[in-house]
Amino acid sequence: MNFAQFTLQEQGVVILAALVLFASFALLAQTRIIACIHAFAWQGALVAAATAMVALVANQHHLYVSALITLALKAVLIPWVLHRIVVKLEITREVETVVNPALVLLAAAALVAFSYYVALPVEKLSTLATRNTIAISMAVVLLGMLIMVTRRQAITQVVGFMSMENGLFFAAVVSTHGMPMVVELGVAFDLLVATVIFGVFFFQIRQSIDSLDVDRLSRLAETSELDEPQEERE
Amino acid sequence: MNALLATLLIPLLGTLLMAAVPRCRIAGWINVAFAAATTLASVVLALEVLRDGPLLSNGKFFYVDAFNVYLLVLTAFVATTTAIFSRPYMDHELALGRVNSRRMRLYHAMYQGFLFTMLLALSTNNLGILWVALEGATLATVLLVSLYRTPESVEAAWKYFILCGVGIAQALFGTVLLYFSAASVLTVPEDGLLWTTLHGIAGQLDPTVMSIAFVFLLVGYGTKVGLVPLHNWLPDAHSEGPTPMSAVLSGLLLNVALYAVVRTKMLVDGALHGVSNTPQLAGYLMMAFGLLSFLVAGLFLHRQRDIKRMFSYSSIEHMGLMTFAFGLGGPLATFAALLHMTMHSLVKSAIFVTVGHATHIAGSQAIDKIRGLIRTQPTVGWGLLLGTAAIAGFPPFGLFVSEFLLLIATMQSWPWLTVALLSGLAIAFAGLFRHIHPMVYGNQPDGQQPVKANMLPVYLHLLLALWFGLAIPAVLAQWFDQATQLIAGQGVL
Repeated sequence: MNFAQFTLQEQGVVILAALVLFASFALLAQTRIIACIHAFAWQGALVAAATAMVALVANQHHLYVSALITLALKAVLIPWVLHRIVVKLEITREVETVVNPALVLLAAAALVAFSYYVALPVEKLSTLATRNTIAISMAVVLLGMLIMVTRRQAITQVVGFMSMENGLFFAAVVSTHGMPMVVELGVAFDLLVATVIFGVFFFQIRQSIDSLDVDRLSRLAETSELDEPQEERE
Repeated sequence: MNALLATLLIPLLGTLLMAAVPRCRIAGWINVAFAAATTLASVVLALEVLRDGPLLSNGKFFYVDAFNVYLLVLTAFVATTTAIFSRPYMDHELALGRVNSRRMRLYHAMYQGFLFTMLLALSTNNLGILWVALEGATLATVLLVSLYRTPESVEAAWKYFILCGVGIAQALFGTVLLYFSAASVLTVPEDGLLWTTLHGIAGQLDPTVMSIAFVFLLVGYGTKVGLVPLHNWLPDAHSEGPTPMSAVLSGLLLNVALYAVVRTKMLVDGALHGVSNTPQLAGYLMMAFGLLSFLVAGLFLHRQRDIKRMFSYSSIEHMGLMTFAFGLGGPLATFAALLHMTMHSLVKSAIFVTVGHATHIAGSQAIDKIRGLIRTQPTVGWGLLLGTAAIAGFPPFGLFVSEFLLLIATMQSWPWLTVALLSGLAIAFAGLFRHIHPMVYGNQPDGQQPVKANMLPVYLHLLLALWFGLAIPAVLAQWFDQATQLIAGQGVL
């Protein structure tokens, strides 16, 4: 692709997309929980900005609404709720140890390359100016999964989950100029309910294992059942 | 049309009402009433569709054809009978102090909410809304899995939430790709997620993009179906939640997720037909996943120590079998899969109801602790024995017929796979009966008392399964045949 042929606004979309991907890497490398939530808020804001830019380039007015919803939900509301929960649970100073951070970042880079490979046939079919960012949105989804795999704290796992959702939304925006409005509203509603339920869960987990380290949730593993008889459940 | 709206609005109203009214002593009855009204509306809807053919609402938002209308009736019916069971069961749990009245309110509201999301997922014409509704079904049930607030149940619910959330996110990506390939063909891209529109233009969709989309959709919805290796959440969620939830999760939610997979398979088959080297890519993938789930779950049955866990592995096994049958394609296999879906829902929910009573008798879910049911309370003991015989595929129950049809279909097109199927069935049979035998016949512990049990749902379901096994009513057979024509292109009758 030839960047020189792009208009200024199209270049803006590409740069914003790159920054969204960069935010994913920041999430992956960040070990402090609060900083993680902040990076997530930044990613939400960047996705919203990119969406608004796409709306400007393609002259799609309904995308402005999507951008506003994203900004409100992903950059303000969800980070704010998570932040409050962290303060309430008194884990603001908590630092998470990631096993083998260098390896995780290398894996992330490999995932990005892989996304470019998978997205090739999709990009060939598209006529939109934003088509080369489809691979980026897919990479954001996969990196979100990687965050969930490598983290053990319930809150950072949720941040990974929401970051994945960012990638999905971004994929819809750049590949097809957004899903139909009714679907987008439905997805946003689901996300909102999910946030509330996650909030409830943090307290339930904390109550049951006195920590948010989900690695300690291991009473139901299939292997332990045979080795040691479980205590009787009433 | 009015019947369809009633089918959807009654449970929605139920959700709001149950959530709004605090401390209601007759909430259990109201729950039954709402579910029964939903069933009534869905039956009227089914009769309409049977008479007038497929129903497409104004604005093309809802679409009901032979395939989903019977699932709508089945869903509403099983939800009703489970609600009948749930009333005394949850009262018992309340008396034991495992739940309080606030959680009962949550339970009843979410029961109706879950019913609503499933009916919406089945009746919508928009694949995006289908996704939203399926995610909604997860959200409605996740807090019910952790209803008892034990460490195990919180862990199970967390696993359920995270794994299904991640899984179903893949399905959303697949849906975006689907929309993308439709938007490049259509002049009005807004219609690009409507199933009726997509089905009409399936032949023009880009085969490569559709293949990629199907992989994402299969992994996503397959997580909810409980296909191995994405099944980890399922035994936990089914065993730790309240038993009525296990019954509806196993009997209904898995069906709805499989329904989503089959709908998308029909699109992908259309897109790949005649243009690709592997026109049956979707079918092959489903066959592989299905067979793997079937065999692995059968083996896992042997090492279970918790009765509800054991039966949830049996659900994985049967969902694997259905996925395999739909993947095999062809009229006979599809007919078998549709019949199997119905039979499995009826029998598995009946089993979970019986298991609920059995755990109350024994005071534990551990298989070692449940003994001598047939002496303590013959109705429960016989219910468990007959239910297990039915689920293992004994004649004359309906599951025997569907499994037999599937075996014939397999023998016609993939003779070698019948060996795998038969040995899988034998393994599962052995796994179930080695645990069931001592539970039903063993010596009863001292002081084991019968409980107040309402076995009406169980015997109703088993009777239906028996009836369908001996002679499928003509109306229903025709119905299945119409659905088979939709999915496989031609009928069997």
